[in-house]
Amino acid sequence: MNRTYELMFIVRPDMVDEELTKLISTLESSVTSASGTTKSEVWGKRRLAYRVGKFNDGIFVLMLIEATGAAVHEVERRLRVTEPVIKFLTVRTDEELKRLDKIKKLRDSKKKASAQPAAAAPAPVTPATVEASAETPASAPVS
Amino acid sequence: MAEETKAPESRPERTGGDRPDRSGPRGPRPGGGPGGPREGGRKFFRRKKVCKFCVEKIEAVNYKDVRLLAQFVAESGKITPRRLTGVCTPHQRRLSRAIKQARNIALLPFAGRAQ
Repeated sequence: MNRTYELMFIVRPDMVDEELTKLISTLESSVTSASGTTKSEVWGKRRLAYRVGKFNDGIFVLMLIEATGAAVHEVERRLRVTEPVIKFLTVRTDEELKRLDKIKKLRDSKKKASAQPAAAAPAPVTPATVEASAETPASAPVS
Repeated sequence: MAEETKAPESRPERTGGDRPDRSGPRGPRPGGGPGGPREGGRKFFRRKKVCKFCVEKIEAVNYKDVRLLAQFVAESGKITPRRLTGVCTPHQRRLSRAIKQARNIALLPFAGRAQ
């Protein structure tokens, strides 16, 4: 039962690039060893909205994780212990993605039903306009 | 004079306009009626504000898009109420959740303007 998570963490701004990649690869390996998938992107240095610790800027890193809850718990524990990481936030996204998927499917099915100019279509508004535009070229060569 | 004693009887309501059995302009109206002090205190439903998310069909409000979230946050850092922005209830709930997440990850300030 794999769940999808979004983990964003902030690293202190005076961190070297290679140390950052080393840290990210450590975290990724801890997830993949528990049979999960990760994808990470580094947002770069950004100004923080308020002072965190002693810093006004930070390097933002986003990780998209698909793993069990225990694996993410382990990653969080590591982040808490790592000294350069000053803040992190984990958001569970699978319910949200499921909901978005459902909405998208609903919209696609409505669009498909209205694209066919057949009667008994569920969407009331769009078939009328499509049928009107389909009928007018047929009725043009009258006069 | 005799007029003064009769005058308070004929006018039970002082504010709110013509209809006396409404709850008055203080009720939380989704239409953006004369509730807020910025509206000018005119009749009901002066400006029909539409929910920005419903119009543009934005389903997911992510805590990461700070530019979108910052539109719904006042200068003081507080979340603007629904009756001023015209957002519908489910979107306002998601928006407020996203703003709070963004505050936690230092993308938006808790108080004061974002530097």
